[in-house]
Amino acid sequence: MLDFSYTVWILLIPLLMFVVVGLFGNRFKPLVSGIAGTAGLFVIWILSLVTAYKYFFVLEKAADGSFQKFLAFNMRWLNLTDTLHIDMGVLLDPISVMMLIVITTVSFMVHVYSIGYMDGEKGFMRFFATLSLFSFSMLGLVVATNIFQMYIFWELVGVSSYLLIGFYYTKDSAVSASKKAFIVTRFADLGFLIGILMLSFSTGTFDFLTLTGANSPAFSSGTGIMFLGLSTMTWSMIFIFMGGAGKSAMFPLHIWLPDAMEGPTPVSALIHAATMVVAGVYLVARLFPIYIFAAPVALDVVMYVGAFSSIFAAVIACTQFDIKRVLAYSTMSQIGMMMFALGVSGYGGHEGLGYMASMFHLFTHAFFKSLLFLGAGAIIHAVHSNVMNDMGGLRKYLPITHATFLIACIAIAGVPPLAGFFSKDEILAAGHERSLMLYWVEMIVSGLTAFYMFRLYFSVFWGKDTHYHHTPHEGSKWMTIPLMLLSIGAMFAGFIPFSHLVTTDRLPFQAHLDMAIAIPAVLVGLIGIAVAMVFYRKESNIPDKIYNALGGFSTAAFHKFYIDEVYLFITKKVIFNYVSRPIAWFDRHIVDGSMNGISYVTNEASERIKKFQSGQLQQYALVFVSGVVLLTLLFTYLLTN
Amino acid sequence: MFEGVPLTWFLITGTIMFFVGIYGFLVRKNLITILMSTELILNSVNINFVAFNKILYPDHLEGMFFSLFIIAVAAAEASVAIAIIINIYRRLVNIDVEKMDEMKY
Repeated sequence: MLDFSYTVWILLIPLLMFVVVGLFGNRFKPLVSGIAGTAGLFVIWILSLVTAYKYFFVLEKAADGSFQKFLAFNMRWLNLTDTLHIDMGVLLDPISVMMLIVITTVSFMVHVYSIGYMDGEKGFMRFFATLSLFSFSMLGLVVATNIFQMYIFWELVGVSSYLLIGFYYTKDSAVSASKKAFIVTRFADLGFLIGILMLSFSTGTFDFLTLTGANSPAFSSGTGIMFLGLSTMTWSMIFIFMGGAGKSAMFPLHIWLPDAMEGPTPVSALIHAATMVVAGVYLVARLFPIYIFAAPVALDVVMYVGAFSSIFAAVIACTQFDIKRVLAYSTMSQIGMMMFALGVSGYGGHEGLGYMASMFHLFTHAFFKSLLFLGAGAIIHAVHSNVMNDMGGLRKYLPITHATFLIACIAIAGVPPLAGFFSKDEILAAGHERSLMLYWVEMIVSGLTAFYMFRLYFSVFWGKDTHYHHTPHEGSKWMTIPLMLLSIGAMFAGFIPFSHLVTTDRLPFQAHLDMAIAIPAVLVGLIGIAVAMVFYRKESNIPDKIYNALGGFSTAAFHKFYIDEVYLFITKKVIFNYVSRPIAWFDRHIVDGSMNGISYVTNEASERIKKFQSGQLQQYALVFVSGVVLLTLLFTYLLTN
Repeated sequence: MFEGVPLTWFLITGTIMFFVGIYGFLVRKNLITILMSTELILNSVNINFVAFNKILYPDHLEGMFFSLFIIAVAAAEASVAIAIIINIYRRLVNIDVEKMDEMKY
């Protein structure tokens, strides 16, 4: 068998870059620390590509012809009991290898892009140090050998995300956005932790190989009814999914994602589009055997939450004007589709189509979504504004950004032969086999996706001829080259035969293009594009008319269906007034009061008796001697009687 | 030398010396006399040790040795105490124990 133990360096190199750039970056020119971080990423990118090649094409298959799932590196870290221990290591299987490719590719491109984009920013070296920290954490998350290692790295990506969203820490909105992201995901991670504890309590292990293996203890233990007619395993899986939903911005824990766009745009591309936000999808995929065999109800929850989030976010995306927010809601919508695909999936061979489709969409989405974000970054860089209304006619000024952005838009709209078409088609096919209603929901979502992406595209690059203060111009080569490279990915990633590589049981199967699904999907996409073209290619008042005709619904969508307000109401009005204030009162008056009372009594008592300490030696001696005499008399009396 | 003297007599002597020492310790104001009182207390203990040893366990020597230790320690203690007293006198020009009340509340 081939030796894969070098894969641990894929983790260690970014960690090393974080330490080096973070501690010593100040001593060099900013560009040096940027190049150093990028060089580290380049090395692990190459390592990941080599690993993927060796894993998929060189490594011999297991006895039944499936891809092997094995520990490339493992180190026992914390021994809790003899059987329960937390390890640190590298687990290789098709999804983790696929994620290695996604993360290192996007991260490398973003690093290169950032050298151009962040040029001259204060904190350039801090930015690169944190990006390295993020890459390390994310890679550690995907190769985790056990659920606890995953949890640790899960929190680490949360921290890096917090640091990067709040990168412009002098801006109030960025600070509150980073706090919001951190608190919301932390709240979700509470569910994740409870789920982990329930799962490991019933099964007695953290290990993924055991948990998702053929004779997993998860299939036999914890199956009894626990609460509300659901088994322990179902509840633990629902709680774990809560953690995933928080990280992946699923309804109703999505509120942090649009605000997270306060961070620098390359960060949005890397963390909030391509990698960290799909961690929830990855988590469900990682535990998929448990979901499908031991907790099908939890899988239904995944399906419904995914489907609802996808349509919910798609509707909001159509009404937003901040280009990064449109992309943020689009991300949420696409991740909803991935979750939906996992939820409808079965196990084994063609049954597992949804699982394959979800991973496939994750893969292709990473390319075109990070491309869209980087393109948006180039636009913002040129125009110095986030808002669509300030833009228009940019295709003349930004030819490269225009071309690559168009490619990404076509890819996400699902027009063949670009990447998004293939993966979205598989998702729809998987949905069609499970539930016709949700299939149509996803069909509408893909139409809306095409519409809002081309709404964005046409309003930015066509539309009215805006007069700019400075003539917008393309960024440096650092920025345009990653755009071009990623657009290659967005064009051709769809041709990868995923059904031969990433499947539920790791056995290849033949997925075929079902024309009965592909044709309507493409038609819906084209209709979306056509509508957007009519509305936004030239300045027109049709969108406003439709907006007004829909009345309350469109206002609600514009205000993101008031979810933020609901949260504010719940926290500020309900929790603060009826929970926090009584607790604060209790703390101030009862807890502090009793403590203050004790100190008051002590103080008063010592004030009274302090005169006894007179400084007179002979007085002390007298008391002492009298005491001894009294005690002697007492004991003599007691002992003689 | 003390053949036929009953143990009780030694004990009575020791007790009287002890309480004379305690009394002196408690009432005298001069540090030197207080020091002398402590010597009295120590020596009353010595008498007890020696008397018990001699009369109850004539073939043992522990009581004697213990007295010797106490005498040696008392000598050392006396020298230290006198050194302290001299220093106090240099500073305060006084060795009245009631005047030394700085270590109070």
